[in-house]
Amino acid sequence: MLTLATDPTGLQIVWYLLIAVLWTGFFFLEGFDFGVAMLIKVLGRNDRERRLIINTIGPTWDGNEVWLLTAGGATFAAFPGWYATLFSGLYLPLFLVLVGLILRGVSFEYRSKNPETAWRNMFDWFAIIGSFLPALVLGVGFANFLKGLKVGSDVLISQSFWSLFSPFGLLGGLLFVALFVTHGAVFISLKTKGEMHQRSRAFAVKAGAVSTVLMLVFVLYQNLAWPASENPWFNGGAITWITGLLAVAALAVATWFARQDREGIAFLATGLSIIFLMVNIFTKMYGNLGFISTDPNNPLDIITASSSPMTLKIMTWAAVIFVPIVLGYQSWSYWVFRRRLGVRNMPQDLEHEALTGPQTKAVAGA
Amino acid sequence: MDAQLIARWQFGITTVYHFLFVPITIGLSMLVAVLQTIWYKTGNEAFLRLTKFYGKLFLINFAIGVVTGIVQEFQFGMNWSEYSRFVGDVFGAPLALEALLAFFLESTFIGLWIFGWDRLPKKLHLMTIYMAAIGTMLSAIFILAANSWMQNPVGSTFRNGRAELTDFGALFTNPVFIATFPHVITSAYMAAGGLVAGIAAWHLAKLNRFGDADNSDRDVSTWRWAAKFGAYVLLVSAVLVAVSGDAQAKAMTHAQPMKMAAAEALWDTKEGAGFSIITIGSLDGQSEVFSIRVPKLLSFMGTGDFNGTVQGINDLKAQFEEKGFLRDDGSQTELQATYADELAQYSVKVTPNIAVTYWTFRLMIGVGMLGALASLWLLWTLRKGRNPRPSKLWTYAMLSMPFLPVAGISFGWIMAEMGRQPWLVAGVMPTFTGASPSVSTFEVLTSVILYTLLYGLLAVIEFGLIIKYTKKGLPDVAPVKVLEDEDAPLSFAY
Repeated sequence: MLTLATDPTGLQIVWYLLIAVLWTGFFFLEGFDFGVAMLIKVLGRNDRERRLIINTIGPTWDGNEVWLLTAGGATFAAFPGWYATLFSGLYLPLFLVLVGLILRGVSFEYRSKNPETAWRNMFDWFAIIGSFLPALVLGVGFANFLKGLKVGSDVLISQSFWSLFSPFGLLGGLLFVALFVTHGAVFISLKTKGEMHQRSRAFAVKAGAVSTVLMLVFVLYQNLAWPASENPWFNGGAITWITGLLAVAALAVATWFARQDREGIAFLATGLSIIFLMVNIFTKMYGNLGFISTDPNNPLDIITASSSPMTLKIMTWAAVIFVPIVLGYQSWSYWVFRRRLGVRNMPQDLEHEALTGPQTKAVAGA
Repeated sequence: MDAQLIARWQFGITTVYHFLFVPITIGLSMLVAVLQTIWYKTGNEAFLRLTKFYGKLFLINFAIGVVTGIVQEFQFGMNWSEYSRFVGDVFGAPLALEALLAFFLESTFIGLWIFGWDRLPKKLHLMTIYMAAIGTMLSAIFILAANSWMQNPVGSTFRNGRAELTDFGALFTNPVFIATFPHVITSAYMAAGGLVAGIAAWHLAKLNRFGDADNSDRDVSTWRWAAKFGAYVLLVSAVLVAVSGDAQAKAMTHAQPMKMAAAEALWDTKEGAGFSIITIGSLDGQSEVFSIRVPKLLSFMGTGDFNGTVQGINDLKAQFEEKGFLRDDGSQTELQATYADELAQYSVKVTPNIAVTYWTFRLMIGVGMLGALASLWLLWTLRKGRNPRPSKLWTYAMLSMPFLPVAGISFGWIMAEMGRQPWLVAGVMPTFTGASPSVSTFEVLTSVILYTLLYGLLAVIEFGLIIKYTKKGLPDVAPVKVLEDEDAPLSFAY
């Protein structure tokens, strides 16, 4: 086992934890956004129902996505070496994530701007593909962080694009998709009433069962094949076992409560499952940041990748002041839009009919 | 083609494209907030109709600005990993703060504004659009501070093999930043004012097809107000753009004398240098063949003194060979001074593409001024209650009011960034040292092609929607009130 010459500073640890928090926040919030959008066609049987599904996240999805931007920006500011190596080394996967986020990001707004079926169908697919791709790719990515990405003496990732898609990598991708679909289905049932509420809840039970199994396999595979006890920075063996199993348990609990029609608790449980999974992953990545440095003289880790104490200190002040403020107004936004929605709350596409005249009215009603 | 060149093209394409939407977002969010404020204060329905009409265009535009912005933040690490590694300690902080302070604010409050009409009391709802507008401005502050640092790398030193922060405040007192921020913000107001005015005046002409538009008609009077409002915003902003542009020219001459020399195609150092109306250079790009110049104007622009000395391209080249990178007073920033020995190992050709820098500078000024002229024509046509008649020329002129400022802004950025070459960080990091070594030509070629196709598709969609909603005109509005009935249709939903 390696022995470490130096320990990371307090600020480096704080920023590692903050980045873990930002990713966790992102997956907790955008996780259900991804799931909701992936279910547009599965749960929405007509345009009104699809609109209902989209409107459960309408006011808040954009703010949720900023957690990713902040995680990226914080990594750039606090660990430029991590940001540079990871983002350039995983060029094509990240490109896929970006393509997904672009498609998805315009879909909700533009879908509503034209009542034609073909138009709406196109943007439904933008939303579905645009949510599936990032969920899948990020799942493959985080599975690879658990395994460790090989980094050469030039501190660049030295393994190929295709090597990311190992069985465990693919399992990670599947897990993220299934987990977010479950989280999203529970969220829809939490935010809707009437038939959609029942349908999404019933779907959440099925998706929850699949996710629980995937999570169990993932956690066992991970802890047996790449135990955190071998991490020279921090013996997190016990933590990754416990949090991993808690993530499985939380999903099982979520599934059970979804069955009992208690989607509020079920939502907290799917959320907790995501949090436990992230704690598990970031425990394993602690110190080496998910890299396996092949050159002991030029490793890439929490110390060598980090910014100067001055930058970290300034950023810490900013985070201490502004993260609570952001949490405050984002929570307020959820409070403002707390009401459950039903198909009856969806306004007619009146403005379109007024514009296009009676001849296209039939299309609008279709 | 090598990966690095394609990466530069990709950065150029995606950034210019992104910034077509940014000025409208910055300017229009505030103008919509102003419209809504007037409605809130007066209760006059006309302003609610204007708020909703321009608000819709704002949102269509905002969506593309957001998604293309995500690419920007990731692109530094993806395509410019060695740049990111070298500058992250300084450059990363404003980017992270932009996300934390600006993006959260913008996106959360835009959501509250769009969906909050029947959820929030009027006053609180009005506050949400101001928060979003402030968010766009905060965003500009941070990203321009970061960009200005690339033009004039203050507040940092070369240590531990990279640029390290020594004074965070210096990023915001950077003279380049102080001049650039108002220049960018006011030019955004030109574009947004032009959009408001151009669309309103186009509708006005349509309503006046037979020359009998009634100024007491609610549509006519509303469009008349909006046309004048937008035109005044454009005009006042144009004046401020010129004033701040002048300040920026001085800051640029000081920090990057080569950029000014290239922008002016001034080969040899001169006292009382003239501003070039047109200059034709020799084929080897080393001397002037022919030029028409306004006497002494360049010296005044660059130094504030009609007889001031402006350094020429050839002299700056010789100076670089001899002494390294210097600003116009012979000084260096701490980073430039401490990095000089490292820099000596690279052979750097210090002239930017002179033709591009020269022409984009002129196009920026010319196109921007034309936009301002269109607004003058508009105000003249609407004088004393008169209304325009529809014509091809009128349509083009009104269409040009948003497009010319946006084009001017693009030319300005191309000039600023192409004129920065061959540097990523002026006088410190040559561009060719910044690209990602692990990204192959195939990878970056794939991404640039797909980005271009995707952005092209988005442009078609966005443009189609803008046209559609522009033609549709002022919407009818229902009274705004907070909904109590849980089953009532929402006043807005996707």
